[in-house]
Amino acid sequence: MSTLAASMQSDDAHEHHEHHENNTVFGFWLYLMTDCLLFASFFATYAVLFMNTAGGVSGKDIFELNFVALETAALLVSSITFGLAMLGAQKQNRKAALSWLAVTWVLGASFIGMEVHEFHHLIIHGHGPQTSAFLTAFFSLVGLHGLHVTAGLVWMTIMFIEVSRRGLPDQTVTRLSCLSLFWHFLDIVWICVFTVVYLMGAM
Amino acid sequence: MALHDSKTIAPGDVNEHSHTDDHGDIKSYIIGFVLSIVLTAIPFTLVIGGEYSKVTTIYSVVTLGLVQIWVHLKYFLHLNFVTEEGRANTFSFLFSALIILMVVGLSVWIIYESNAMMMY
Repeated sequence: MSTLAASMQSDDAHEHHEHHENNTVFGFWLYLMTDCLLFASFFATYAVLFMNTAGGVSGKDIFELNFVALETAALLVSSITFGLAMLGAQKQNRKAALSWLAVTWVLGASFIGMEVHEFHHLIIHGHGPQTSAFLTAFFSLVGLHGLHVTAGLVWMTIMFIEVSRRGLPDQTVTRLSCLSLFWHFLDIVWICVFTVVYLMGAM
Repeated sequence: MALHDSKTIAPGDVNEHSHTDDHGDIKSYIIGFVLSIVLTAIPFTLVIGGEYSKVTTIYSVVTLGLVQIWVHLKYFLHLNFVTEEGRANTFSFLFSALIILMVVGLSVWIIYESNAMMMY
């Protein structure tokens, strides 16, 4: 009898814990949905302003699609490597989780490196954000995504340290799940960016 | 032992099951990855090659972009209508999608119309 009671109690605790975890991840998902709205307003701004080039360059003149394809590849591959890190974390395989996290970090960092290079290239050639409404909207939208990815990289560094020190208790796995949502979400935003800004702008 | 047995028949088990389902497995990640590579390569080739008319290219690029977003939502973010967690995530996403459609679509509509009217 007492075993049964104890087991029921532990079951309750288990369920309570599960619920708590689900709530954390769901709450983070809701934050991402509000972040979606932030991106949406930047996209709306870009859609409204992209023709106002003030006699300067338009997308067609400055976008290098081969370079953008490379950036996209880095981000896409980082999506699956993060997926593999998550699978490792769920199997309590610390080594797999850490090494895939490191690979993801390097891919994310190279994406940011390429983006900074692109921005720098544009600015030194006189196509900075102050040149025209088009370039302001372009730098804001792509820069906002870049800032998010940078924040993701900082978070990933923290998670890397946490996993290597504490291992993979439930709480850490939940945090990794939130970061995984964040990372995949940024990938989706990038799909919108390369479709709307780069591909449609380069036509 | 009793603890283990009660666990396997308790409602908590369903929860645990959905938990693993929600995060997907290696197969779903690989399917998603291959599909997204293909769905990225096609629009880039279309635009870089420039073999088709502008209208055809725009429609194809936008359609492929939308399909790729769906692929990412399904295979990487594991949105679904089956598990409780998946449903909650999916519906909140659909709600934001509606708001986004209104924010972006209506802004663009209003500004383009007023722009066209200023021309006369």
